[in-house]
Amino acid sequence: MKMDKQSAGPASLARRSALSRAALGTIGGLVGTLGSSAALASAVKDLPGGPAVNQLNLHPAVTRIASDISNLHIAMLVICLVIFVAVFGVMFYSIFKHRKSLGHKPAQFHESVAVEIAWTVIPFIIVIGMGAMATRSVVAMKDTTNADITIKATGYQWKWGYDYIKGEGEGISFLSTLDYSHRVASNSGKPEAIDNYLLKVDNAMVVPVDKKIRIITTANDVIHAWAVPAFAVKQDAIPGFVRDTWFRAEKIGDYYGQCQELCGKEHAYMPIHVKVVSQEDYAKWVDGEKKKAAAKADDPSKVWQLADLVARGEKVYNANCAACHKADGAGAGPIKALVGSKVVLADDKAQQIAIMLNGAGGGAMPAWKQLSDTEIAAVVTYTKNAWTNKTGQVVQPAEIVAARK
Amino acid sequence: MSAVLDNHGHAGHDDHAHGHPHGWRRWVFATNHKDIGTLYLLFSFTMLMIGGLLALFIRLELFQPGLQYFNPELFNQFTTMHGLIMVFGAIMPAFVGFANWMIPLQIGAADMAFARMNNFSFWLMVPAGIMLVGSFFMPGGAPAAGWTLYAPLTLQMGPSMDAGIFAMHILGASSIMGSINIIVTILNMRAPGMTLMKMPLFAWTWLITAYLLIAVMPVLAGAITMTLTDRHFGTSFFNPAGGGDPVMYQHIFWFFGHPEVYIMILPAFGIVSAIIPAFARKKLFGYTSMVYATASIAILSFIVWAHHMFTTGMPVTGQLFFMYATMLIAVPTGVKVFNWIATMWKGSMSFETPMLWSVGFLFVFTMGGFTGLILAITPVDIQLQDTYYVVAHFHYVLVAGSLFALFAGFYYWAPKWTGFMYNETRGKIHFWASLITFNVTFFPMHFLGLAGMPRRYADYAAQFTDFNMIASIGAFGFGLSQVYFLFFVVLPSIRGGEKAAANPWEGAEGLEWTVPSPAPFHTFETPPTVK
Repeated sequence: MKMDKQSAGPASLARRSALSRAALGTIGGLVGTLGSSAALASAVKDLPGGPAVNQLNLHPAVTRIASDISNLHIAMLVICLVIFVAVFGVMFYSIFKHRKSLGHKPAQFHESVAVEIAWTVIPFIIVIGMGAMATRSVVAMKDTTNADITIKATGYQWKWGYDYIKGEGEGISFLSTLDYSHRVASNSGKPEAIDNYLLKVDNAMVVPVDKKIRIITTANDVIHAWAVPAFAVKQDAIPGFVRDTWFRAEKIGDYYGQCQELCGKEHAYMPIHVKVVSQEDYAKWVDGEKKKAAAKADDPSKVWQLADLVARGEKVYNANCAACHKADGAGAGPIKALVGSKVVLADDKAQQIAIMLNGAGGGAMPAWKQLSDTEIAAVVTYTKNAWTNKTGQVVQPAEIVAARK
Repeated sequence: MSAVLDNHGHAGHDDHAHGHPHGWRRWVFATNHKDIGTLYLLFSFTMLMIGGLLALFIRLELFQPGLQYFNPELFNQFTTMHGLIMVFGAIMPAFVGFANWMIPLQIGAADMAFARMNNFSFWLMVPAGIMLVGSFFMPGGAPAAGWTLYAPLTLQMGPSMDAGIFAMHILGASSIMGSINIIVTILNMRAPGMTLMKMPLFAWTWLITAYLLIAVMPVLAGAITMTLTDRHFGTSFFNPAGGGDPVMYQHIFWFFGHPEVYIMILPAFGIVSAIIPAFARKKLFGYTSMVYATASIAILSFIVWAHHMFTTGMPVTGQLFFMYATMLIAVPTGVKVFNWIATMWKGSMSFETPMLWSVGFLFVFTMGGFTGLILAITPVDIQLQDTYYVVAHFHYVLVAGSLFALFAGFYYWAPKWTGFMYNETRGKIHFWASLITFNVTFFPMHFLGLAGMPRRYADYAAQFTDFNMIASIGAFGFGLSQVYFLFFVVLPSIRGGEKAAANPWEGAEGLEWTVPSPAPFHTFETPPTVK
């Protein structure tokens, strides 16, 4: 392999200056965007119950466990800082004083059993001490007995479903999805500086203050994780498994969290919003929900008119489908376009209904069987009559009931 | 004759009965440990640049809230492949490159025990690397399930997941064969008089690392094979719809995964243990203790894996056990840090570039160790699991730990490899630029994690903007520093410069410094006697 010796020739000089120009260009570009988006950053304010601007520490605690953990963290930090300062104080002293340039001659020692034992035993004691401090919290976090209200949080790709299964509010059930305008804002690349960006949902979980709430987590498809930092709660939501955790919120307010286990492409877009309200407000909310549920209870034997079903279907589409298939039905990349789709335009509705119920592409298109018969019928009808699709077909809820069998 | 440059003057090397190939055959059929070491180092540096490019894509997207450049699916591909390429393509092969170059020289052996298997170990990596990088161009793009490849998300990935699994199998086989080579070489081919307790610590750390590799790579192979059969052959190991257990994947993966991170740091400890005594002009403090500490870390590394799984719902006894066991590992690691500082203490130090990197390593790796200790506390981990605090922690120990040690080793041993001294001023620039930009990139991530910003997010709440911007700027600076390293330090030092003496470092000891610089193609054909 012959090596040429032109390390300083004109060719390499040109290469080097091209590199520096590229480097300066990148830095300039970054600084430019920094300037223009500093406006974005500074316009945003702290979100109470959510992240604060440039937050440096854990969230202010709203449960006793969170406050214990916060104190534990501070204690750990202080211990680590003290050790850090001590150890590196010694090291930097040595760096400054024990230099050849200062004429310092090297000492000859290179072992000491006593010293080795000392700096094994002392850290061992410190470390066991730290563990002991934490043990109480570990045990307390695991005790989910005697809950006042039990709520099941199911992770879906990509939203949360809440079922109130025990205690006041039993029977209430709804999905909690990221506000669609936030998803659109994200895609735009220039989201407005709003305080609850990517944290706003359509239906928040509502719980009463000062009551022990047990959260059961599970998932419909892949592993998700349900977390609310202000409560110091985090629990994986595992498909086929049921896990639990608990919290007792001591302050009324809105608290936010996000999905904390990679679950696919919309992982960043399935936030958690827990609204802690007074006991009276909670009772009122439960009442309201029960009334809404009764009114909404779609009778699957109802026969719908096309226009009504399409209107209903558009709502379902925007809440569930538009994130991937887009508001104009065009899809993108591997996501199939619905506008002009053979499956959607077909006279035989069975294939499209089957895809809705069972998913397709090995899960790339998730199954939607958790939607009600009316919702599925509505959204299928919508896709068949929206944009430039004009089949005039109607899919009644009863057909979905039959297809599920 | 230099082992790196193929000059045609054959003056100055021992007569041997056979010629050795020149041109492309020299490299494709290489059986010489120096050539194979060079190949590993070239491969790993290339992968470092590719992995670094992916990191820059990530930081580019995260510079501001909103999706400016990439959709979330592609973003997840970047985070996944950045992890896989850096772990399996950059860090691990780089340490193997150092092992190949330095272990025979340090123990006075003529070559590795199994020279042809050594060749195979290296060349296996190339198709694996091509498959990993090429997976971006397969239908559906690269795997996007995170480098940890949790099921059942992996069951939803496209064909690149299978290519990735195949690549990992190949890489695992390469590692296992390399480890066998290293163990047999160290145990059987030390020069007369070199007892195990007289070996340089770098050889000890690699001996222990090699056992770790042989123990855990097959476990990874098991996990990814089960993923493969779940995907295509109707099994339900991890697929809950068929009665499988997604958490079992995590147990199997992390049983590999935790020793894996020690695999990536123990050789770094070995490198630093060579450099600090050399530049303090004082013997390593507590050699015996260092050996025992390394062995303890390796053994303990097998019983802590579930600290990656504190939020999966394990019983309280499990959480307590893994918390205490994880905290225990801090003890032997602390012992090592103390021993290094005791080596520096009352030495006669000078701060050439290898020493700068080693002291930098000591300082910044220990910071990563402290955040690891904090993460070990289960209740605190519940808050920080899957947040940027974890990202900060592992980048502190892997970049400021493993990568800094690799750079330290390059500056220390490159004169032996190339025969030329690198430019000291430029080495210092590389160090300071890297140290500063590294901290600018990763220190704010501790705050982001404490504030709750989750990992593997393509977009984030607006309150996280400023720290993300700072991190991105630091990241580009760090990347630029490595490009500077390549063009202004590495390439010039291969091509020319001040000639290096056999031992360019006043305080360095070891058999490698008794052979000329550059090291001749064959060294220690007659074993030296060690007193």
